[in-house]
Amino acid sequence: MSGGVDSSVAAALLAEQGHDVIGVSMQLYDQSEGQTSFGSCCSLDDLHDARRVAAAIGIPHYIMNFERQFDEQVMSNFVREYAAGRTPLPCARCNADLKFATLAERARGFDADAVATGHYARVERDEASGRVRLRRGLDSGKDQAYFLFSLTQDQLARALFPVGDRSKEAVREYARARRLPVADKPDSQEICFVPDDDYAAFVTRRAPETAHVGQVVDERGRVLGEHAGIHHFTVGQRKGLGLSSSPASSTGSPLYVLALKPAEGQVVVGPRASLERTHLTASGVNWLIDVPAGAVRATAQIRHRHPAAPAIVRSLGNARAEVDFDTPQIAVTPGQAVVFYDRDVVLGGGWID
Amino acid sequence: MRVYFDYNATTPLSQEAVDAVSRATRDLFGNASSVHHFGQQAKAALDEARSAVAALVNADPSEIVFTSGGTEADNFAIRGAAEALEGTPRRHLVVSAIEHEAVLNTVKALARRGWTTTLVPVGHSGIVSPERVAEAMTAGTALVSTMHANNEIGTIQPIADIARIAHEHGALMHTDAVQSAGKIPVDVRTLGVDLLALSAHKFNGPKGAGALFVKRGTRMLPMLTGGKHERNRRAGTENVPAIAGLGVAARQASAKMAAEAARVGALRDRLEAGILRAVPGTVVNGSPGARVPNTTNISFDRVEAESLLIALDLEGVAVSTGSACSSGTLEPSHVLRAMGFPSHRTQNSLRFSLGLFSTEEEVDRVIAILPGLVDKLRALTKRTVSA
Repeated sequence: MSGGVDSSVAAALLAEQGHDVIGVSMQLYDQSEGQTSFGSCCSLDDLHDARRVAAAIGIPHYIMNFERQFDEQVMSNFVREYAAGRTPLPCARCNADLKFATLAERARGFDADAVATGHYARVERDEASGRVRLRRGLDSGKDQAYFLFSLTQDQLARALFPVGDRSKEAVREYARARRLPVADKPDSQEICFVPDDDYAAFVTRRAPETAHVGQVVDERGRVLGEHAGIHHFTVGQRKGLGLSSSPASSTGSPLYVLALKPAEGQVVVGPRASLERTHLTASGVNWLIDVPAGAVRATAQIRHRHPAAPAIVRSLGNARAEVDFDTPQIAVTPGQAVVFYDRDVVLGGGWID
Repeated sequence: MRVYFDYNATTPLSQEAVDAVSRATRDLFGNASSVHHFGQQAKAALDEARSAVAALVNADPSEIVFTSGGTEADNFAIRGAAEALEGTPRRHLVVSAIEHEAVLNTVKALARRGWTTTLVPVGHSGIVSPERVAEAMTAGTALVSTMHANNEIGTIQPIADIARIAHEHGALMHTDAVQSAGKIPVDVRTLGVDLLALSAHKFNGPKGAGALFVKRGTRMLPMLTGGKHERNRRAGTENVPAIAGLGVAARQASAKMAAEAARVGALRDRLEAGILRAVPGTVVNGSPGARVPNTTNISFDRVEAESLLIALDLEGVAVSTGSACSSGTLEPSHVLRAMGFPSHRTQNSLRFSLGLFSTEEEVDRVIAILPGLVDKLRALTKRTVSA
């Protein structure tokens, strides 16, 4: 229970259905010095909100301390990825490595049959194959299946997403009807541990050595300017390049970040057309179907809130895969997830190389 | 059946204390500073409570200042004494590393205002060594603060010896007796302290009332300024109902102390021996000899205390560990850390603290359910490690 409306309603729905529900919130970073330096979710106020909701529903509520695990498994990875010129996806790491791993293990200790969260996704048991199917949430605007691709069959078998078959508005309606104190609380938009959505400042604080000045170059290697560290950039980024009057933009076409080269400390920029890719490979691939022997027709989604595009997906073995899109995709970003779907069913996914 | 074994966090009120609080709430609404009949009645209740608290710690009633509780009493003791010495060469504070946050964080706050501080370490016994205190003393030491009984492991500290050392160096001696007052004999003269803090809700009185013993002649600046309450030492209209409850609880604690200490001590020993026997991989933290009779702190090898505490609560057994942080989650115990235990041991210990309403049946229930819960959690730990 994050203290937000989705997990609050998830808990309330389960309690209403007669389940024996234990409310758990995760404390993910040190809050002893107040909240001003923290991001949007799981702050002290949010933990208090979760407690109030649990009291309103009439379930026990515990706050578990996962500071160490969150630091080791999520924040460190986040910093490492930016330092390596990649754009991390911490929410997916947190789901697979913390919520449905460490937290789920703890829950087993309390004889819990399942771990429920407020994600907009659906799980269904496929009687024929014995597998659990992960589907997109019914509310396509809120769907979060993308962040859950790396859950294993074991993890999914014990996962519940009670709000997955509702629209956000219906969730809020329900919260209002039940007079849950968070019914009209705004959605969190930012990454919870990054204050003011300022990733670069966070990475600089955690790993000052990443903040070394480097060159901004064009596709042919011509130096166009300087930058304050590659962790300030992500592939596809257009703003904040600090190159208002560079020769490459003399044509008038705006420049985009095409690639980040950590070894050279270089940010490569170029026109939008150069961002187009039809091919990518991914590592750490998790299949929710039997690992396919040959090519699979699917749609593939390369970031959250991005339409999945028709593609051919092939397993390369060793938890790797390659994806060939029918039409070019803009800004395939290393570090983000590529998730494969059959209509709204998640087939699998991996981390873009 | 719900079992409450967290008396060191707070205690249920005795029926007599409940009656005293409700009677005072109903009948003694007057302002104790008022001249008229209503004020006089309230004032009489305060005087009676003051005598009761004084008797509990062998002080003179004029040496008792009522506060809102233990935290305020500790703050008043340290800040009040420190402020009175500001501008003198005495700008150094000596406290043990296993003090309650009410002391530790108060000292930290003073450190930010230019006071120097020394934390006296403790060993595995959980008992502060007077020799280490002596080593920490300087000509500039203003005050030494060592708790009488530790809240997490229950160990009783050699306050009289430490007070002697403090006084030899011209420093004041404060002791936080929140966990000992009402449980074991506390005598401010034998202990030789200048300041002593206690709290009603740790011995079956209400929350919101505590007291600071201030030895006559001790220079203190008031923490709260305003009216002339509490002999100008603590301004603010007195919380008469809570203080009346404190007085009754103090009288009862004095009267029943020997018998209750023996009864609760036997229950604690039964619980401790039962757990050590029934659950392999368990060990008691802190010196088993010099402890308050109601407390045991036990480490469970290969178990996350946080999980065990929740599992016990889901079974209706309330215990505790370390101290809770602002959100209510558990942090590694600063006490066990200060005792030099490795990090896993500071995160696998539970505190069981018993009291007035504890029964043998409750003790046996806890001994009966613990092995199963621990086994289950250990099996999971093993899986996680092997995965």
